Amino acid sequence: MTKELKFEEMMKKLEGIVDDLESNEMPLEDSLKRYEEGVKLLRLCRKRLDETKRKVELLVKKGGNLTTEPFKE
Amino acid sequence: MVKEGVYIYKVRELTAGIKAVLEDTFSNIWIEGEISNFISHSSGHFYFTLKDDKSELKCIFFKGHNEKIKFEIKDGMHAVCFGKIGIYEKRGQYQLYITRMEPKGIGALQLAFEQLKERLFKEGLFDESAKKPIPVLPGRIGIVTSPTGAAIRDMLHVLDKRFPGVEVLISPSRVQGESAAEEIARAIHDLNKLGNVDVIIVGRGGGSLEDLWAFNEEIVARAIYNSKIPIISAVGHEVDWTISDFVADKRAPTPSVAAEMVIIKKSDLLEKLDAIEKQLKDYPLEAVKELEQRVDELEKDLSLRFRHYMELKEENFKSLSEKVEILSPLSILSRGYSVSFKMPGREILKNVSSLKKGDAIETRLSKGIFRSKIEEVL
Repeated sequence: MTKELKFEEMMKKLEGIVDDLESNEMPLEDSLKRYEEGVKLLRLCRKRLDETKRKVELLVKKGGNLTTEPFKE
Repeated sequence: MVKEGVYIYKVRELTAGIKAVLEDTFSNIWIEGEISNFISHSSGHFYFTLKDDKSELKCIFFKGHNEKIKFEIKDGMHAVCFGKIGIYEKRGQYQLYITRMEPKGIGALQLAFEQLKERLFKEGLFDESAKKPIPVLPGRIGIVTSPTGAAIRDMLHVLDKRFPGVEVLISPSRVQGESAAEEIARAIHDLNKLGNVDVIIVGRGGGSLEDLWAFNEEIVARAIYNSKIPIISAVGHEVDWTISDFVADKRAPTPSVAAEMVIIKKSDLLEKLDAIEKQLKDYPLEAVKELEQRVDELEKDLSLRFRHYMELKEENFKSLSEKVEILSPLSILSRGYSVSFKMPGREILKNVSSLKKGDAIETRLSKGIFRSKIEEVL
């Protein structure tokens, strides 16, 4: 999750795109580019939200190294 | 002179006798007084005097006992002490050997809490400017608590409801008793070291002031303050305030509420996404519509201009063609003039000297051409 763009960053970007488009100050070509970018981000956001694999892990120390293992409730 | 038969004590003998009486009589006593001349020796032992308006009493508080004291002992403080009177035989001094101490009028833990709170406040650990923002939508949530407590179950339950599929990393630690504070600090540190959580909840469920005490320890306060990752403190119930609540970037009244604060509801997020999608989808329509209108206007404008242009050109052409007509040699002929050519070369005739009788000429009138022969040159 941390390597990719964080969801919150994607949302911020999306909102920025909508603001840009609404300001109506861009040449059509640029705004279409922004629009496409927005649609792509939107799709990515939805995809990210659809990943419903719940993952709860426990931080454990093994041989002095930190590692994670599944948490059994 | 000393009478014969009188018993003469040795110093050590008398001291030992006094010691026996005193230590036997005052072996488990409570005593209250004001602390003065307090010295914390490098050895870890405390030395001070307990006094009231009439008397003073030398006191010793050995390291092995004073380590359990949570609050700071200061001159002027009123304290209730428990201990025994002992004789320091070498100097013939009696003093109080303290094993327990309570501040007078306030609980020991309460005092410790107030003291640490004041000290850390002065140091700036509670400053608003040092507080980090809590992300709205953390990719992964770190939780420092007991993996077997009620708090973790409550939090996971709330998180599941709010945001199915959320990722959680539990950094386990004891949350009460000996070494709990050290473990909590370590668990916070570990999450920072691993660095793949966006926010940390530090907490436990309700309990007595003693149960919650680890969250009032300086080591925990400093771990929270030094964390690079924003921290929500969630200790006990609404009414329980701990030092970690003051240092943390945000305080939640209970662990369950912390779980609610830490992530936006998925359904709310989906609604937000829908709204953005609608805005996006609406946009190009608007833009294109606007553009179409502009094109229409331009077209109208253009055709109007073109018509003007053509009309202008037409007029120009008319006047030009009139001019051409006026200047045309044919128009001269139309006024009755004619032009003649000598045949067969068709040279224009300007002078009669080139003509003689019998030459053929061609004459062009405004309308028509005819040929003739010269009869006579005059």
